[in-house]
Amino acid sequence: MTDITAFWTAIYIAMLAAFTGYVVISRVPAILHTPLMSGSNFIHGIVLVGAMVALGLATTPVEQVIGFVAVILGAANVTGGYVVTERILQMFDRSGKKPGKGA
Amino acid sequence: MADLSWLIEPVYIVTIFFFILGMQRMSHPLTARSGIVWAGAAMLIATLVTFFTPNLTNITLIAIAIVIGGGFGYIAAKRVAMTNMPQMIALYNGMGGGAAAGISAVALLGITTATTGSLAVVGGLIGAVSFTGSIIAFLKLQGWMRPRPITFPGQQIINMVVLALAIISGVLVIVQPAWLPFSVAMYLPLFFILSLGFGLLMTLPIGGADMPVVISMYNAFTGLAVALDGFSFATPNYAMVVAGIIVGAAGSLLTLNMARAMNRSLTNVFFGAFGATEEKGLDLKGSMKSIEVDDVAILLAYANKVVIAPGYGMAVAQAQQKVKELADLLESRNVQVKFAIHPVAGRMPGHMNVLLAEAGVAYDHLFDRDEVNPEFPGTDVVLVIGANDVVNPAAHRQGSPLFGMPILDVEQAKNVIVLKRGQGKGFAGIENDLFYRDNTRMLYGDAQETVGKLVQALKKL
Repeated sequence: MTDITAFWTAIYIAMLAAFTGYVVISRVPAILHTPLMSGSNFIHGIVLVGAMVALGLATTPVEQVIGFVAVILGAANVTGGYVVTERILQMFDRSGKKPGKGA
Repeated sequence: MADLSWLIEPVYIVTIFFFILGMQRMSHPLTARSGIVWAGAAMLIATLVTFFTPNLTNITLIAIAIVIGGGFGYIAAKRVAMTNMPQMIALYNGMGGGAAAGISAVALLGITTATTGSLAVVGGLIGAVSFTGSIIAFLKLQGWMRPRPITFPGQQIINMVVLALAIISGVLVIVQPAWLPFSVAMYLPLFFILSLGFGLLMTLPIGGADMPVVISMYNAFTGLAVALDGFSFATPNYAMVVAGIIVGAAGSLLTLNMARAMNRSLTNVFFGAFGATEEKGLDLKGSMKSIEVDDVAILLAYANKVVIAPGYGMAVAQAQQKVKELADLLESRNVQVKFAIHPVAGRMPGHMNVLLAEAGVAYDHLFDRDEVNPEFPGTDVVLVIGANDVVNPAAHRQGSPLFGMPILDVEQAKNVIVLKRGQGKGFAGIENDLFYRDNTRMLYGDAQETVGKLVQALKKL
């Protein structure tokens, strides 16, 4: 991020990403709000790759300790977020296959 | 090993594509599950390809940490009961925030430019706040901490001072003015301690009933922190930037929706210490009238239309299976059954939908507040199962702390049966007028047990 072009590129990317997030989410019905929140919780688990790089490029023991903890936390975010979301959606899957009567 | 680092960027782009596709597919119940599977596969390849990062060392340490963290996340998430999902989401969200704060710390310990350093400071602050804040939310929801707001005199001033000091120390980490005696080694820990402390202090005064808003906001925070941290590397990690911002936007939207569902501003949620105060001079007329299971069964059996309004109490009692059984039984007797779902019933957005889906209730039986409210005057019996604040008509009365919150207008139905464990108040700690109405009867007991008895009684009719 040393030159001005990179800065503006970043702004473009951020703007488009924010818009994408807004549009994709605004169409989700209320009944799926929990899996949606849990799913987005899983998606920010991408922090894991950052933590891996931080630990992988760490040189001092202090950096290594912090990086190590960050990778643990990031990995828990990824697997936990995935399993929770998957379990929730599995139930919707099941309940959705039963044809609704009446209503 | 051959240099495969050229693979990283293309794989990250594919990852982001599948993240967006996954969230897109989550917009319908039938495709939602494939959505998370796509996103999961993408996450896996993104993690693997990251091992090809040039000059990556400490690979054994990375692998060990992934096994520890991943193992914990997997096992804890598999074991937890569905009713405890809100706190698990809060916990994993906090961990993501903590990881983001850690990345910021490592970045700030290394050599940074003013730009990347500033972004890392902001990311670190938000990540740290999300970390401790989510943990407090987790503890409150798990019941390991009193869920009622914790307040003390001067709280908001203290919170603001802590935040201001955190920001100042963050600025000092970047600019390091020569006239100040201390170095980065001094300001950096101070910055993180203050940031973590602020997350803690900010969440303490928030009550259990506001947790849907809080969890969803910290989710947005973590997303934002991850996005900012994406810039803290020598070459920006655009996968983090894009995924983080998408989550930030999604979380913000959801947070505002939740706050709107309670007719409260975010300021009110975060600084209102909701539920800590009592409405004074309230004189409720009438008395609570209780009813027996058999009488309720008869009411239900000969009704044309029954609406079930579940709340957090149903989750606590794990009554959803029995409730589904009851609904099926009524439908087999040609009683029309609908579920009225308040957007903030329970402890996370859509909490009731998840539990009822778990029990196998088809989602076309579930109705939003706005859809179902006009139907209450034509409803014979409303079963309120463990819900309190979301059906409290005090919301229509000026001066009540709940005033203005859109509620389920169950009091308009011919009969209202409230299933409740005891005579206590809701999470908001406010008396419920509904319980004193002439058309309301209280059915005391554990929700699962009571609904079970109802099912038995109905079968005999």
